[in-house]
Amino acid sequence: MTDLTMKPVDVVIVGFGWTGAIMAKELTEAGLTVLALERGEYRDTYPDGAYPKTIDELTYVQRGKLFQDLSKGSFTFRHAVADVAVPYRQISAFKPGTGVGGAGLHWSGQHWRVLPEELQLKTHYEGRYGRKFIPEGMTIQDFGVTYEELEPHFDFVEKVFGTSGVAYKVNGKIVGAGNIHEADRSADYPMVPQKVPYTAHLFGKAAKEVGLNPFVAASSNASGPYVNPYGCQMGPCNFCGFCSGFACYNYSKASPNVNIMPALRDVPHFELRPNCNVLRINLDSDKKKATGVTYVNADGKTVEQPATLVIASTFAYNNAHLFLVSGIGAPYDPVANTGVVGRNIAYQTMSTVQMFMPMDTNTNPFIGSGGNGVAVDDYNGDHFDHGPLGFIGGSPVWCNPAGVKPIAGIPVPNGTPTWGLGWKKAVKDNYLNTVSFDVHGANMVYRDCYVDLDPTYTDHFGTRLLRFTFDWKDNDIKMSQYVTGKMLDVAKAMNPTSIHVAQKKLGDHLDLRSYQTTHWAGGTAMGTDRRTSVLNRYLQSWDVHNVFAVGSSVFPVGIGYNPTGLACALTYWAARAIREQYLNDPRPLVSA
Amino acid sequence: MKVIGISPHRRNFLRKAVTAAPAVALLAGAGIGVAASVAPPGAYQPTYFSADEWRTLTALVDRMIPASPEGPGAVEAGVHAFIDAQMNTPYAHGRLWYMQAPFAPDSKPEFGYQFHMPPRDLYRSGLAGLDQAAQSRFRKPFADLEPAQRDTMIVALEQGLLAIGEVPPKTFFGQLLANTREGYFCDPVHGGNKDMAAWRMIGFPGARGDYTDWVEQYGKKYPLPPASLA
Repeated sequence: MTDLTMKPVDVVIVGFGWTGAIMAKELTEAGLTVLALERGEYRDTYPDGAYPKTIDELTYVQRGKLFQDLSKGSFTFRHAVADVAVPYRQISAFKPGTGVGGAGLHWSGQHWRVLPEELQLKTHYEGRYGRKFIPEGMTIQDFGVTYEELEPHFDFVEKVFGTSGVAYKVNGKIVGAGNIHEADRSADYPMVPQKVPYTAHLFGKAAKEVGLNPFVAASSNASGPYVNPYGCQMGPCNFCGFCSGFACYNYSKASPNVNIMPALRDVPHFELRPNCNVLRINLDSDKKKATGVTYVNADGKTVEQPATLVIASTFAYNNAHLFLVSGIGAPYDPVANTGVVGRNIAYQTMSTVQMFMPMDTNTNPFIGSGGNGVAVDDYNGDHFDHGPLGFIGGSPVWCNPAGVKPIAGIPVPNGTPTWGLGWKKAVKDNYLNTVSFDVHGANMVYRDCYVDLDPTYTDHFGTRLLRFTFDWKDNDIKMSQYVTGKMLDVAKAMNPTSIHVAQKKLGDHLDLRSYQTTHWAGGTAMGTDRRTSVLNRYLQSWDVHNVFAVGSSVFPVGIGYNPTGLACALTYWAARAIREQYLNDPRPLVSA
Repeated sequence: MKVIGISPHRRNFLRKAVTAAPAVALLAGAGIGVAASVAPPGAYQPTYFSADEWRTLTALVDRMIPASPEGPGAVEAGVHAFIDAQMNTPYAHGRLWYMQAPFAPDSKPEFGYQFHMPPRDLYRSGLAGLDQAAQSRFRKPFADLEPAQRDTMIVALEQGLLAIGEVPPKTFFGQLLANTREGYFCDPVHGGNKDMAAWRMIGFPGARGDYTDWVEQYGKKYPLPPASLA
């Protein structure tokens, strides 16, 4: 079945987004011959982000020029184990990427670490509230790595990304006006925070008035000129408002293309092959070792690529897909409660609050920077007593002026018709007079929320699509309603003319029709127990020791923040383990 | 006009973009290969829709966003011309969507689009079905109905109460609403939003893309007119 067999390499990397690029940098530094295979096309600031043609909402947002081409493959969804899944036919609720840079080219740039307690979610909640506090069917567990172990990597990620922000505590000393809930840091952010646009300013002022602790959120949109540790350069963000869905024309938004690729281009033992879609990781006869991968190249030829080490760095859920089609690890079965691959899939439990302000407020919402804004962390994680509330988890909240563009939806007050003169007058009156904030809730993991292979639908290559079985649970909706309710005090303190709250009600189902977030996590969980995880604490497959997986697929639980900072810190953590422990003695790094 | 912190190249672009509306060839290739040249709405010759379909579509979008003192109506903005031009893109052929059978159009609405037709076929079927529905209800083609009668029919489409043949009415309405808003607010390079009038109405500066000096001018109205790629 193979048309071509290529020259063996030390390492093959499957997927060239943030985590694939980090692995390529780390493993070429270790002297290894590294080949990265990317299913999509080659992309870079020029021409894919070139001004002015990139400033085109229709082409990049509604037609999704940088997103995954669903005509070649998609996913299926169902709400419950007994249902028949149907395909995700149009890009709507989430926007998967493709091409060199992956979703890291079109992301917005919100940059967070993780709350230490979220890395030990099960231990933390059981310790503070008792075992019975965790509801039946919720399958939360620990990552198997601590914040202290990851801290140097979080710090380095921020330096690579040129993150703009302000710390609260560095080495135990209060140094700045950052997030009072933030865990201790070894250094401040490499760049000062960005300027604060008007809506975020109004949000911060109102939050302070009601006794909360707002701060300028960290963004990987450069507040000034910057050179990262790899020698890659960034220019100051000019708040063009075209971040999410776009490649930054200004070299201001961190991306693998801007912040890592320039340092790899001249490395002779690195090769990047775009338009190469990996079909599977190949295993030897006893399924204990990978021998490389098989992919389809741009000419449609099936190619075998031998490699000594395989890194799965596809987007989130796709690592579970790759493991399932390759036969690595036991597929999860929610009924028998056996197997692990595909288990513990998490999303985010979002709600949005919009404040309609008097005429001539002039919030100028076209001014924006993807990751920029003012946030409140008082209701995130376990920063508040959950005892009397009866739910697990929390939500960071932020006003993130990322550039409101007119087609995607100008907020209009409750009761506005969707068309006609009433709609027209409402968009005219409200475009320049609206403030909006998001409650970006964590989503817990459950026994019956998982991914496996769809029995019916296939992709362009004839491979079965990944099937999501997923729905909202009362715990998460209660959490979202509680935090959203608290945040209404902030909304009211802005003295708006009216408020619109978009939040889930108990019994609501996952609704794929409008954009929520692209932050899926899980499927190839890391952990300390191979009965509940696919990877050990170094992101190494328990079953096939020369396969490592990186990206948000390794999160065993959902987190409150955006995942990129954590996904990348964990990648450096795994890279260090490979470089310092694995290469000189390839073996399982943790005995099962 | 205050212009700070942009390169001469960009400054030239912005100047041209503001003043030189007909120079459509100036920056060709906005991404999806749509014919960029847009004649006045009256003169636009549809390339996909038949004469009857074109009349029905025009009469529809005219009510979706009517002309009023606030700003342009959909017809004045060229929304129908935009939709016609879109019909020749991969999008309208369904080539940006996952279109493998089997289709399950009766799935719960939360699962989004599950109908088998791509936009080209959906409009062809739906516009004819709408015209037939108008004939049977008012004994006139849809395009000859009074505005209030057309509005009644659009309301019924939106509520899923008006049968128009094979296309589920809500699916047709959803497609029409999405494309109408796109044609109204897109960059004029795509054939809609003529003269950026819809952007002017709401105060969106279009492709300016540089606001460093305006971030902290809280509450002040942005002074520059919009810029387009066209």
